Formats: sequence, C-alpha cells, structure tokens
Amino acid sequence: MSEPAEAGRRWIIEAEIMPKQGVNDPKGDAVMSGLKSLSFEGTQRVRVGKLIRVEVSASSEIDALDQGTRMCERLLANPVIEEFVVSAARIG
Amino acid sequence: MPRIRAGVISFPGSNGDHDALGALEHDLGIAVRRVDYRETDLTDLDAVVLPGGFSYGDALRCGAIARFTPVMDPLRAFAGAGKPILGICNGFQILCEAHLLPGAMLRNRTLKFHCFWTTILIEKSDTPWTSALSAGDVLRLPVAHGEGAYYIEEHRLAELERNGQIVARYCANDGTVSDEANRNGSVANIAAICNERRNVVGIMPHPERATNDLTGGADGLRLLKGILKGALTDAT
Repeated sequence: MSEPAEAGRRWIIEAEIMPKQGVNDPKGDAVMSGLKSLSFEGTQRVRVGKLIRVEVSASSEIDALDQGTRMCERLLANPVIEEFVVSAARIG
Repeated sequence: MPRIRAGVISFPGSNGDHDALGALEHDLGIAVRRVDYRETDLTDLDAVVLPGGFSYGDALRCGAIARFTPVMDPLRAFAGAGKPILGICNGFQILCEAHLLPGAMLRNRTLKFHCFWTTILIEKSDTPWTSALSAGDVLRLPVAHGEGAYYIEEHRLAELERNGQIVARYCANDGTVSDEANRNGSVANIAAICNERRNVVGIMPHPERATNDLTGGADGLRLLKGILKGALTDAT
C-alpha cells in the first residue's frame, strides 16, 4: 500500500483581497488621513484590503493555486467589489 | 383580513427577527412563524422576510456565510416560484451575497455605524412589498448599519435603472434625491432594489421598526401592508 507520491503535501495559500479599482474605500481614505496627520506627507494613496491564509493539502503548486482561486471566486472575495491575487508556498 | 402566512428567518446573529415577527403579527395582523436557518421546507408560507442583524458576526463579509445555511435552498425555490421575499438590512446583504439580488454593500462612507431616522423616496410600487404605496411617496424609516453603501458596477446600474429595479432612494424630507440625503454613500442614492422578476426586494432601512406611532413612526407599516395585496396577487 503506497500513497500517491504527490498526495498529502501541505501548502499555505495566501489570498490577497483588495477593493476593486473605482470602488470607494473609506477605510483606505481614513488611514491616509491618519498617515498625513502623522506627517507622512508623501502619502499618495492608501487602499485597505485583507489577507487570508488557508492551509491545504495539494498535489502541486498548480493544484494549490487552483484551489485558492476557486475559494476566492466562490467565497473569499466578492467579485462585485473586490479583486484578488493568490499565491502558494509549500510547508510540508 | 387576507389569510396569509409569513415567515421570518432567524440566522445565528440575526437581531431584527423579533422586531419583524412583532410588526407582522401585532401591527399588520397576519399569521407569522419564526423560520430556523436549518429548515428545508418553506412551502407553508406566502411570504418570507430575512431580518436585520449580524449573521455569523459579519465574518468575511456581511451575509457571506449565511448564504450557505440549509434554508437558502428552499428560499431559492421560493424566489423561483415568484413568491415575495423581503431582505431588510442584513437580510438585504444576505440576498446580495446569495445572488438573489444584484450588487454588494460597502462600508458607509462616513466609516461610522449609522443609527438614525432617514427618509426614502418610493419609486416603484409594482413589487409585492410596495404595492400599498405610490411612486413619489416619502417614508420616514430608521437605519442601523455599518455597511450599507449599496454598490454595483456602472453598466449594471444602468441595467437596474432600465429595468426599473430601483425601488427606493434616500431623499430629503421633501423627497429631493440629493447627495446630502445619501449619508452612507450608496450609488445613485439606492435604499431598496428588487430582482428582475420583482418578487425579491432588499431594503436597507428598517420598515419593521417603524410600525407604530408609539415608537416614533408608522411609515414602515405603510410599506409592509403591501404584502397583504402582494402575496394574494401572486397566489392567484
């Protein structure tokens, strides 16, 4: 009895989810005014999003990225207001 | 009194369910029952309300998790059968996340939780929930939301306008739709929309919290009364 060679590998998927271009981001605006009041005068623009880490088992990086993309499309991000980038790193 | 029976869905974290049950039962005078989010049969009901609150603690996004509860499958069938559904506040957010209504909600542009009375201009009376009203009516209703800024892409907004799916907009007391009256920053001042079939309506203000003059106003009851006519019209 042998496990498939690729199975059971553990990956960390990172989904970086940001408000889409053109979508109001009042949190970003508030952070920007905070930075300005701390004299970070060079601040041009701030957008606030979220980073979600998901640990998965996947057979390959492509598999991990594919899982992450489907997770974003179906739940983690709302395509009406958000865009996302998925990355994956092997941890085991 | 028409014999109709409405259901109010309680999700974990709903807090407007009892307000809705009380408004429908005591102020409107219809039969109601609380629907648990794990139920799978809504066929005994003529109308369903998704109440306000903070389902699943607003985890991820408002309404994003409630969308996966067992009751959502029969709710989809209920919508597909053309029966009336009203999503109030968090209920509106859930209907958007479940794709029963288009668009999404963003944080209020003020970044503050809004808890005050507001006025909305009714633009469409051809939904089961607004059928007791006339286009041009101005209602005074309370809001209670942190993420109530309705958003939809520009081309889809044009579609909503074309299809007459914008049911109500935030307005001044005299009915003027102005940016000043649009305190949460919704696109096109949108306070309520409906689906293309017009049986599913989402509204951000709380009609169920304005059903009695003793508690500040009864304009919400004027809206809810529509269901007496709306559910019957649909059933025939």
